[in-house]
Amino acid sequence: MATEALHQSPPETWTPLFGRLTWDWIPYHEPILVGTFAAVALGGLAVLILMTYFRLWGPFWRDWVTTIDHKKIGIMYMALGFIMFVRGFADAIMMRAQQAMAAGGAEGYLPPHHFDQVFTAHGVIMIFFVAMAFITGIMNYVMPLQIGARDVAFPFLNNFSFWMTVAGAILVNLSLFVGEFARVGWLAFPPLSGASFSTGPGMDYYLWSLQIAGIGTTLSGINMVATILKMRAPGMRLFDMPIFAWTTLCTNFLIVAAFPVLTATLTMLTLDRYIGTHFFTNDMGGNAMMYVNLIWIWGHPEVYILILPIFGVFSEIVATFSGKPIFGYKTMVWATACIMVLSFVVWLHHFFTMGSGANVNAFFGITTMIIAVPTGVKVFNWIFTMYKGSVRLETPMLWTIGFIVTFTIGGMTGVLLAVPPVDFQLHNTLFLIAHFHNVIIGGVVFGVYAAVSYWWPKAFGFKLDDTWMRRSFWLWFVGFYFAFMPLYALGLMGVTRRMNAYMDTAWQIYFIVAVFGAVLILGGIACGFIGGFVSVKNRKALACGPDPWNARTLDWATQSPVAPYNFPEDVQVTGRDMFWKMKQDGFKWSGHYHDIHMPKSTSSGFVLAVMATIFGFAMIWYIWWLAIVSFLGCVAYGIAHTFNYDRDFYIPAKDVEATEAKDALA
Amino acid sequence: MSEHHENSHGTFNSLMTGFALAGILTLIPFGIVMMEPSWDPSVTIGIIMGLGAVQIIVHLVYFLHLKRSTEEGWTFSATIFAVVILAIVLAGSLWVMHNMNANMMPMTQDNMGALPALPAGAEHGAHGASHE
Repeated sequence: MATEALHQSPPETWTPLFGRLTWDWIPYHEPILVGTFAAVALGGLAVLILMTYFRLWGPFWRDWVTTIDHKKIGIMYMALGFIMFVRGFADAIMMRAQQAMAAGGAEGYLPPHHFDQVFTAHGVIMIFFVAMAFITGIMNYVMPLQIGARDVAFPFLNNFSFWMTVAGAILVNLSLFVGEFARVGWLAFPPLSGASFSTGPGMDYYLWSLQIAGIGTTLSGINMVATILKMRAPGMRLFDMPIFAWTTLCTNFLIVAAFPVLTATLTMLTLDRYIGTHFFTNDMGGNAMMYVNLIWIWGHPEVYILILPIFGVFSEIVATFSGKPIFGYKTMVWATACIMVLSFVVWLHHFFTMGSGANVNAFFGITTMIIAVPTGVKVFNWIFTMYKGSVRLETPMLWTIGFIVTFTIGGMTGVLLAVPPVDFQLHNTLFLIAHFHNVIIGGVVFGVYAAVSYWWPKAFGFKLDDTWMRRSFWLWFVGFYFAFMPLYALGLMGVTRRMNAYMDTAWQIYFIVAVFGAVLILGGIACGFIGGFVSVKNRKALACGPDPWNARTLDWATQSPVAPYNFPEDVQVTGRDMFWKMKQDGFKWSGHYHDIHMPKSTSSGFVLAVMATIFGFAMIWYIWWLAIVSFLGCVAYGIAHTFNYDRDFYIPAKDVEATEAKDALA
Repeated sequence: MSEHHENSHGTFNSLMTGFALAGILTLIPFGIVMMEPSWDPSVTIGIIMGLGAVQIIVHLVYFLHLKRSTEEGWTFSATIFAVVILAIVLAGSLWVMHNMNANMMPMTQDNMGALPALPAGAEHGAHGASHE
């Protein structure tokens, strides 16, 4: 395979029935892909057989696919995130292995054509289908519970958003086995991503999967903003909300403000590719630099969209495990709000080297340094919360301390990169790669593990196995430093990113250390999954009550696992850390329950997303008849759904009473 | 109930006022373009952009019923946030792209002459041989 000097794309043909899809696009001649396909097919078949054998299809459809319960949708987002995480990590370790091998004239095992797809897919998957899925999942599960709501403001929309995200993920994965993926880097800058330089379906997979998933993200942003503004428990003012609810609010404001920019930019690129407009081409008045400008106007807020909810997660965990209210609640809120606005005035630091001149670079360099200040405020707040607290080093707290150390290092290299003259040296080097993995792994990934180990008992009624989760933490933590510190050094030597092979053998040892780190991380991921299975097996022994961590916020006032209606009666909120107050006053529900009004499950979201997937596939392969049919199908089904008036039901008071009584016994 | 109704959907009068304003604001740009005025085309573009901005405000106030009081002021503050972000994105992009354009776009014969003079040393080096 490595001897394949030049990749030959299948010839461009078009038939009315199948568009440009031909047998030549099925990569049965690439052994890595055939092996992957065999593994996926066998795994999928095993799941199908097991589900049929245990008669799980009915419950799966009724309780999960059609559910509009924010908690179950949250759990499904997390499941999607972990599945895509495995895929994205497989890409990562492939790249690490390739770069450890391909020194001094050696070619490694991945030809450039394949390597370029791997790094593109890694970036796209990790940001859009792993990090976004994780934070949306956590916000979905936790935020309504924290503000004392029964569900989100638009429960159907929530289900629809989730399935649209899945539709995008399916299209990305389909590109492995039908056709190819883009070879353009995760943000797909033109002119490389334009019609003249990216022929074939790879780039179109990129565009349609992101556009379809983007619909889901934008709608879920609107949904959560509306939920926080309209559905807080009686008496809860905004400044009574837990910090996580605040960061969720700011993040979703950012989603609503930033994602339309991404949609518009990708739409223009799509028009360039499909109908020959010239927004971003080199000729006919197009300007490719405009694409870079626009995509980063979305792209910079996007990194804060990912990290803000995680800041919220750590704030909850630090307060709970220090046994103290969060230090500097108001400064925490204002720091979050400042970041929300400032994140829109720093985008140019991603392209200092594009040549906008000293004044522009100086302005954006300074704003970038300023945005580090509110983040620094938060770090001090977390440390001061721990100071003189009775800190319990449970696994969520372990991840939190790992985060504070790692994220601070990543933040400092970020401020370094904010200096334009330094950036001219380090732009597009592995130093940059090390920096953003330092903040995304040290921030978002550690935060997701922290959140999962913190809220798992709430979601399932038993704790995660402590030993395995601690192993997972230490392997991740140490593995991270082994994997990315060598990249800082390489970056300072001027090694650029996205290299398939290199001549200087002096670099090889650094890449070998990095791949060792990646293997440690693999161990961390494996320990996490093993921990999950072990915990499910020992769930009787690990079972815990509704409040295993002695927490402070309303989410812990519910049962574990949470009953469908969340709270048996409305909570009258009188201040911050409401559940802590309630516990001081000897917390007990009144016992006089009323019928609870609930939204009803619907299959519409799933059906619409299936049609959207077909539409995306048809557009990618130029199968116009199928695109028209599936698009009209979407519109018709969407309109038909508005005539569905059978949308709600009541949980009778005596059922509520029975459910609550069961909890009292446990 | 009726007051709430007015609050959320506007009265016949307010809707008609909005409609009339929107109509006038649409007719003026068309009129200017059709008159083919003698002034610089950039003035026309400026007027059209300005009227477009006013048009947005008319729509927000008369058709989307933007008031300080609706939804405890959240509609208004959300709009302010949107306007601020929009202003940053528009002004920032214009500034950035103008600089990019000046510094980076391919040169034509016209702007070749406008290049800044080379530093004295470079000038001297280039011409040194011919002077001798």
